[in-house]
Amino acid sequence: MKDYPTMTEAEVDERIRALIEPFNKKGIDIEAPTTFANDLEFDSLTVMDFVAEIEDEFDIIITMNQQAEIENYGQLVAAVHKLQDS
Amino acid sequence: MTDLATKAAPDAATPKGDLFSKFDGMIELRETILATGVEDPYNLVMEKVLSPTRAICNGRDTILLGTYNYMGMTFDPDVLDAGKEALESYGSGTTGSRVLNGTYQGHKECEDALKEFYAMDHAMVFSTGYQANLGIISTIAGKGDYIILDIDSHASIYDGCAMGKAEIVPFKHNDIEALEKRMRRLPADAGKLVVLEGVYSMLGDVAPLQEMVAIAKKYGAMVLVDEAHSMGFIGENGRGVAEQQGVIEDVDFIIGTFSKSVGTVGGFCVSNHPKFDILRLVCRPYVFTASLPPSVVATAATSIRKLRHGANKRAHLWENSKRLHEGLVEMGLSLGTDEPQSAIIAVIMPDLERGAMMWEALLKEGLYVNLARPPATPAGMTLLRCSLCAEHSTEEVDAILAMFESAGKAVGII
Repeated sequence: MKDYPTMTEAEVDERIRALIEPFNKKGIDIEAPTTFANDLEFDSLTVMDFVAEIEDEFDIIITMNQQAEIENYGQLVAAVHKLQDS
Repeated sequence: MTDLATKAAPDAATPKGDLFSKFDGMIELRETILATGVEDPYNLVMEKVLSPTRAICNGRDTILLGTYNYMGMTFDPDVLDAGKEALESYGSGTTGSRVLNGTYQGHKECEDALKEFYAMDHAMVFSTGYQANLGIISTIAGKGDYIILDIDSHASIYDGCAMGKAEIVPFKHNDIEALEKRMRRLPADAGKLVVLEGVYSMLGDVAPLQEMVAIAKKYGAMVLVDEAHSMGFIGENGRGVAEQQGVIEDVDFIIGTFSKSVGTVGGFCVSNHPKFDILRLVCRPYVFTASLPPSVVATAATSIRKLRHGANKRAHLWENSKRLHEGLVEMGLSLGTDEPQSAIIAVIMPDLERGAMMWEALLKEGLYVNLARPPATPAGMTLLRCSLCAEHSTEEVDAILAMFESAGKAVGII
């Protein structure tokens, strides 16, 4: 939080894109509507590892309750942007 | 973001609006396994139970190695006598909630036995272990509170979290640093409950409670430890992993069950919290269900009192666990833990299909173990879970090892 006081959504997007790379096994193009469960085929283990990386990168917590509301990439970027700003 | 355990097959031949279509994926998986001709691992019938370690299963004389009957109390003569006497004196059931007409003398005696066993001020008995977790967690951690839990926590813990509507913060299994990072990021003034298990039942591994309880306390959280798989066996007095690691004084709530070492059915919570008794009025899974029958609480109380003095049995159970672990490792099988940490030894199978074949081969040899598969297992593993009993003789453990060897060769995994 303290490290990135006013990160723009574009900056958040850029950082998450770098983090998602190793998890994008099929190498698909990631756009805002790209879903984690269907398009990226993340299983629950992958979700756990990926979420932990984002949490460490932005020094935030994404609770399971919040995770349940996030289905696609665009929603994730928006949620992380909001969380790291608070 | 989290994947559901069941996904509907898009072309499933189910009529529109059938609420069961969400189970199609699971039905298909199950049919695929059964189509190979194996016996259904989830439909076994024990026609006769001969002792804590033997039963007639699907018509065969079978050694039981998957019943969580760690201390072998199910046929203890004192336990059986107490149950018979209570059945005669108090009848077959209470027909009531603990709060209304459902508290009998036996419930109080059972709670007294728990208080003595754990040396704690308060004890509350639930109708099952599942309900104990469901009730305590959902009642003490509500909306706006945070529950920080190990990602591999039991379903009853997750269901308690969901029912209470608290914010759920999972951390990587048994990862001390992952817990600390999350505690540090949480709002300092928020209500926090850290939920841990002494023994994790899938792999039979033990939690680093000493470190984790200290972290929880450092950040002002209350701590709940589920000791379902360690009661009676682990710790000097059989109080569990928190006792063994010397942190029981810092644990706010211990959850346990009567369906494992105690040898009957039921659940409980013990605590030193001065306001603990208010839970009897506000905990819905305690208030809105019938209490345990008199015979059950009488057997539980008698068994708990005997478990306190079970040091010899504990020692033999450790010997069994070590012997089985060592033998399976020598066969080249891959196990859930490098060293035996509890009475659960988990054998990791290469996949579900061979896991089911191995399960069936063992059953035909005369050995019952649990076949565990996702989503109950971590990391998508298929496991053959063995839970040892203090009443397994050394000869029985050797017989078990011989059966594993023969079945493993037949299935081609060793």
